[in-house]
Amino acid sequence: MKEKLVLVGNGMAGARLLEEVLALAPDRYAVTVIGEEPHGNYNRILLSQVLSGEKRFDETLLNDESWYAQHGATLLAGRKAVALNRGRRQVIASDGSIIDYDRLVLATGARSIELPLPGSHLRNVLTFRNIAEVEAMLQVARPGRKAVVIGGGLLGLEAAWGLSHRGMSVTVIHLMDRLMERQLDAPAAALLKRSLEERGLSVLVDTESQALVGQTKVEGVRLRDGRVLPADLVVMAVGIRPNIELAQQSGIQCERGILVNDSMQTFDPRIYAVGECVQHDGHVYGLVAPLFKQAKVCANHLAGAGFARYQDSVLATKLKITGIDLYSAGNVTGGEGYEELVLEDPKRGVYKKLVIRDNKLAGALLYGETENESWYYDLMRDGSDITELRSNLLFGRGHGGDAGHSGHMAVAAMSDDTEVCGCNGVTKGQIVQAIAEKGLFTVEEVRLHTKASASCGSCTGKVEQILGFTLGGDYSAAPKEKPLCTCTDHSHAEVRRAIREQHLTSLAETMSFLEWKTPDGCPKCRPALNFYLIATWPGEAKDDPLARAHNERVHANIQQDGTYSVVPRCWGGLTNATELKVVAGIAERYGVPVKITGGQRLAIPFIKKEDLPKVWGELAEHGMTSGFAYGKAVRSVKSCVGKGLCRFGTQDSLGLGIRMEKTFWGAWTAHKFKMGVSGCPRNCAESTIKDFGAVGVDSGWEIHVGGTCGVRVRPTDLLTKVKTDDEVIEYAAAFLQLYRDEGYYMERSSAWIERAGLPHVKHRIVECDNSRKDLATRFFTAQATAQVDPWVERGTKGDQRMEYEMLEIADMAA
Amino acid sequence: MSTTELNWIEAGGLDDLPKPGGRKLRTPQGDIALFRTSADEVYALADKCPHRGGPLSQGMVYGQRVQCCMHGLNLDLASGKAVAPDQGCATSYPVKVEGGRVWIGLSLAAAGCACA
Ligand code: SRM
Ligand SMILES: Cc1cc2nc3c(=O)[nH]c(=O)nc-3n(C[C@H](O)[C@H](O)[C@H](O)COP(=O)(O)OP(=O)(O)OC[C@H]3O[C@@H](n4cnc5c(N)ncnc54)[C@H](O)[C@@H]3O)c2cc1C
Ligand code: SF4
Ligand code: FES
Repeated sequence: MKEKLVLVGNGMAGARLLEEVLALAPDRYAVTVIGEEPHGNYNRILLSQVLSGEKRFDETLLNDESWYAQHGATLLAGRKAVALNRGRRQVIASDGSIIDYDRLVLATGARSIELPLPGSHLRNVLTFRNIAEVEAMLQVARPGRKAVVIGGGLLGLEAAWGLSHRGMSVTVIHLMDRLMERQLDAPAAALLKRSLEERGLSVLVDTESQALVGQTKVEGVRLRDGRVLPADLVVMAVGIRPNIELAQQSGIQCERGILVNDSMQTFDPRIYAVGECVQHDGHVYGLVAPLFKQAKVCANHLAGAGFARYQDSVLATKLKITGIDLYSAGNVTGGEGYEELVLEDPKRGVYKKLVIRDNKLAGALLYGETENESWYYDLMRDGSDITELRSNLLFGRGHGGDAGHSGHMAVAAMSDDTEVCGCNGVTKGQIVQAIAEKGLFTVEEVRLHTKASASCGSCTGKVEQILGFTLGGDYSAAPKEKPLCTCTDHSHAEVRRAIREQHLTSLAETMSFLEWKTPDGCPKCRPALNFYLIATWPGEAKDDPLARAHNERVHANIQQDGTYSVVPRCWGGLTNATELKVVAGIAERYGVPVKITGGQRLAIPFIKKEDLPKVWGELAEHGMTSGFAYGKAVRSVKSCVGKGLCRFGTQDSLGLGIRMEKTFWGAWTAHKFKMGVSGCPRNCAESTIKDFGAVGVDSGWEIHVGGTCGVRVRPTDLLTKVKTDDEVIEYAAAFLQLYRDEGYYMERSSAWIERAGLPHVKHRIVECDNSRKDLATRFFTAQATAQVDPWVERGTKGDQRMEYEMLEIADMAA
Repeated sequence: MSTTELNWIEAGGLDDLPKPGGRKLRTPQGDIALFRTSADEVYALADKCPHRGGPLSQGMVYGQRVQCCMHGLNLDLASGKAVAPDQGCATSYPVKVEGGRVWIGLSLAAAGCACA
């Protein structure tokens, strides 16, 4: 027969415990749940949003009554456990029923403290703990009516915000000299007070209430100084008190809460306790994150699934008031032996304070700018030594370590063990894994499978970003991708697949196989198809110049007046006297200037089309070749002088830059592909805005990918670090090949990475050695036939002459 | 434009034109763009894009259209008119192909454009 497990208290901790037990040991227990509230279980945290009208009650339900039935648990809702008979192992409920147990869990939570003020029995004097009280508040809350909230802590402020959102005029009175004194210091509390006042709330600090006045209903609050604040509703939010009576009466040891050991057992080993009713190691808790951890430990124990211990948690709080970003964790007021780092920017309404002890982060208080909260939380939780990070610590993760990243890539930069959902202890890695393995697409699905963002919801934005970045473009895009152009119903991806799977090697073949609706396609699909063909079947598919965009067909950029620019390669940005003389000679002969380009090379503008082959021929004679400045192809490799020239250089960036340009030139890509190599993190070659960048560090190279600096600026993502030049070449080849395999035509590597997702790219290039080597090998195989210089062919062998010569009619009267 | 005033001039061989593609023909009357479609039809337009004067002969030919290489205006090869929603029109010239040779009909009077 199954053992009998009885749970008293169907709140957030109790219900979580049940879920965990059922997941670990679905068949072990016959479960009975006794809950005083007459529902399944709901997300108490969201009562603030129900009060403000941002959520309906049914949206807060976590498990409805049918869930209990489905899982074989008996729910006795609307009944209170009034006594325990530990000798007989029985729970006695308020309706007289007696329930036997083998194991019992007490999860009775806490209740709000009611101030013993004269008049506190009056109608419309409420606390803020459960849905019944929220419904009672909503009965009274009407625009124009007045509410007084006693208590300026987290709950009081959320109540005040909710009521004011419903149109009431609200006054908060707070005994202490600053709001949320346990989570805030004086400057942050002052900022918060100001923001609340800007939102129309009155806030009185240093103010004590003396009595509630009124006949049957409350009419006002009398203050210690004699003033009376008129009120149609009074909400007391002055703290909570653990519900320990049931335990106490049956002789279970209690102090402020029910005493438990590290595996959440009370002094009676058959009886466990979790949640706000518990006191562990001297602490009682009032936030869900530690309670959920307790539930997990307890469930582990009950399921016999190995040994888990509950240990004190770092507590973090976020205020859930729309438009106010406030985060507080750990010790934020410092004291003897603590140091403080503070950043104050009153104009932007930003205040940040980090409290440090023994080179470890002990507390973080963030107001106005909270992006880096999870980073700080991790540093605290892990007790990391912050000595190295100290100078940048206040500015957030983006500013330490990796060269030149800004905060907006915070999600990409998070390590896998970073906790995203503080309430449920879900890490980024778990979310990414669930998305990948279970094929999740929406925040709701992630919530369902991982519990991330299922409680207070303040990490919903981050979960969304993780979804976006893991799924890439798939996340926001409709399930079916758009057709490539109006000539076809097929998307880029489908066309590529057909070319690969059907071994299509020409435009005509592809269009006929995919039933193109137009005879030749159009200027949108022709170049795309040509690229897909030559990228998929290098050396086999024949390049079709007539399917190329004009500049690529002509191998020069047409300019405003119809003349062309000539931009030869300048390997790694290094030139010499001979090359300069050749360029100077051409400029002199054609009477044109020389432009130094943004890509570290020399451009000769204003060359007439018919002169191009001659100019190219002259360049070729001196070993100068096409810079592909016109192509969706590998462009210049911008390099700084590096080690050997620069006193800061840690690596030979110029040498590697030249080697890379010589290795990679000639490769066609989905869009232009620019590279950069910098000798040290000062990054003079701007490698962190290139499609592929290498930044020298003492131990080798940081590899950066997916940067762009054109129409849109996007800094790179750090891909990995490597030790040798050879490795950089291998990674670059693999990256180029993957981009060539997957990038859509006219999609920069930055856009492709955002669509495909950085984790995917990392997986293929960093984590899986075989995949990287395979990609690099394929790249070099294709490269073996790719490095044919188009200018040499046209300039010295007279290829494609028809393109550069004009037809001529000399005599009209012929 | 009436054919009687036309002066037919041999512009070159059909095979001197890329398929599908265009080529510039220099005449004393100004540059003309000659086009050959993939169905071997040949058209001639003034080599001046109605948008900002770009050389139409350098554009990409597809179906019965050319796209200007400068800023992407699409023109109908037969009429010289821009494809809606774009507006504008390039002067078009009559063309005939005989025995693999391309002839273009030029009038001594200034040629007009179809939408003028
Ligand atoms: C010559 C040069 C400007 C200069 O005088 O310095 C230049 C000239 C042109 N750029 Fe550029 N870009 C030049 C450096 C850049 C840079 C700076 C760099 O590479 O460090 C950028 C921003 C960096 C980047 O790409 O991430 C840049 C971003 C663009 C873009 C926007 C690309 C984007 O993804 O947003 C275009 C448009 C396009 O490619 O579709 C563009 C397109 C063009 C074209 C090819 C426009 C066209 O189709 O005619 C221009 C040709 C003018 C001509 O007469 O040759 N050019 N262009 C530079 C040649 C570099 C070289 O040596 O090859
Ligand atoms: C408005 C509001 C906003 C909040 N916001 C946040 C937030 O943003 N972040 C955060 O971390 N925390 C927040 N909290 C706190 C969080 O809701 C609590 O920490 C959490 O609900 C405690 O869980 P629990 O299971 O211990 O207690 P509860 O959720 O209170 O559950 C206890 C349950 O046991 C029942 N019960 C008690 N005694 C008996 C009995 N004898 N027999 C049967 N049933 C009994 C009670 O009726 C109740 O349903 C908020 C709380 C409120 C009220
Ligand atoms: S920014 Fe680039 S595309 Fe724009 S005018 Fe300058 S060279 Fe041309
Ligand atoms: S000049 Fe032809 S589109 Fe602008």
